Amino acid sequence: MAIREIEISSITQVVSRLFQEACHRLPPDVLAALEKARDAEESPIARDILDSLLLNAEIAPRENIPLCQDTGLAVVWLEIGQDVHITGGDVHDAVDEGVRIGYREGYLRKSVVERPYTARVNTGDNTPADVWIDIVPGDRVRIQVLPKGAGSENMSRLTVLTPAQGREGVIDYVTKVVDEAGGNPCPPLIVGVGIGGTTEKTMMLAKKSLLRPVGQPSPDAENAALERDLLASINALGVGALGYGGTVTALAVHVETFPCHIASLPVAVNLQCHSARRGEAII
Amino acid sequence: MNEAKRIRLPFTDEIVSELRAGDRLLLTGTLYVARDAAHKRLVETLDRGEPLPFDLRGATIYFMGPSPARPGRPIGAAGPTTASRMDPYSPRLIEHGLKAMIGKGTRSRAVRDALCRYKAVFLGGVGGAGALLSLTVKKAEVIAYDDLGPEAVRRLEVEGFPVTVVDDAAGRDLYEEGRAKYRKQRP
Repeated sequence: MAIREIEISSITQVVSRLFQEACHRLPPDVLAALEKARDAEESPIARDILDSLLLNAEIAPRENIPLCQDTGLAVVWLEIGQDVHITGGDVHDAVDEGVRIGYREGYLRKSVVERPYTARVNTGDNTPADVWIDIVPGDRVRIQVLPKGAGSENMSRLTVLTPAQGREGVIDYVTKVVDEAGGNPCPPLIVGVGIGGTTEKTMMLAKKSLLRPVGQPSPDAENAALERDLLASINALGVGALGYGGTVTALAVHVETFPCHIASLPVAVNLQCHSARRGEAII
Repeated sequence: MNEAKRIRLPFTDEIVSELRAGDRLLLTGTLYVARDAAHKRLVETLDRGEPLPFDLRGATIYFMGPSPARPGRPIGAAGPTTASRMDPYSPRLIEHGLKAMIGKGTRSRAVRDALCRYKAVFLGGVGGAGALLSLTVKKAEVIAYDDLGPEAVRRLEVEGFPVTVVDDAAGRDLYEEGRAKYRKQRP
């Protein structure tokens, strides 16, 4: 098979565009999930909040104001086809340049600080991005972006259960994480759950599950059943929109699994706020 | 559910004592924007016995770090940030006359005690509705700590800014009450 050449600047342009679009316009599946939540919600206070969130989603693209002031740390996944030859520069630099341009031209907030536990000086351009690269078959490059706000990221958690705790242990843990998070991560949430792998693998599964269209069930029947049971358990908590009490605490639960060590049962919970911004393009 | 109450700022002790957890309000008037780094400086200033950059008596502080304003607009997206990070500083400011704070998420016991003791409230902003809230801001200016960038202290003039009373001056908390009301037996 012939090698396809891709000029590095096309990656920069796509990254810049995706972050600007994602921060101003919610995907249709997220809007549909919010509308469904508004219709199902029993609490009048929470319904009123959901109405405001739907109105916000209309105003943002129309008035060109970001959906949320926390336009996140820029998480970027690149799936690079093994028949692609990227020319003209370093891929990580190209992604950072895309973030730099996108956050400047889109009037997005720069929320990254250097030296996490000491000086915490803002880098001024929202770089560096959090970049993950996979090599896959084919001759295309798939770029997925997630501007991840701190409100929900700060309440994300990871544990390693004993294998004996099993499915019930997973449900108990995930439900407890959402309960303890309360209103802080801006519910109604999308709850990303990774199970299996090693500790870093399981958190990546949880986070990457947030890229799935909201509420699209896992193709694996066991995982899809677990998603339903987790959603019921979480929505029985009563946390509701913004934590003000209500019957819709999560819009969806997305479960991803990976084989793991005989002695381990790692579980990660990555929470996504209702402003579930994401973007994708294929070069 | 009752209609939202229209409130003209600043808050007085009288208005504050009538507010109850779960009330919806539409605020018009002046808000002071301050978050993590600004709170640290405000408290350090009080410790040194020096004057603050704005009068705390009757003031409402909004925990927020906006996105940059596009040309011709007073401010960018302008929704609340998590309030618990300000918990170590808030009781001190309440003691000095702060009447209301706007943010999101659970406050500490020390903050809630200070609200009851000095008659003040914690109000929940609409988390994640940065565009909607931006349109209620008519004017914004940095008044102190310019070097802190998105964390500088700003004075906002708002019209019809929507909030929900979370912690009132009588010790009630909407997070606890709302959750208890809708909590069900796990299926």
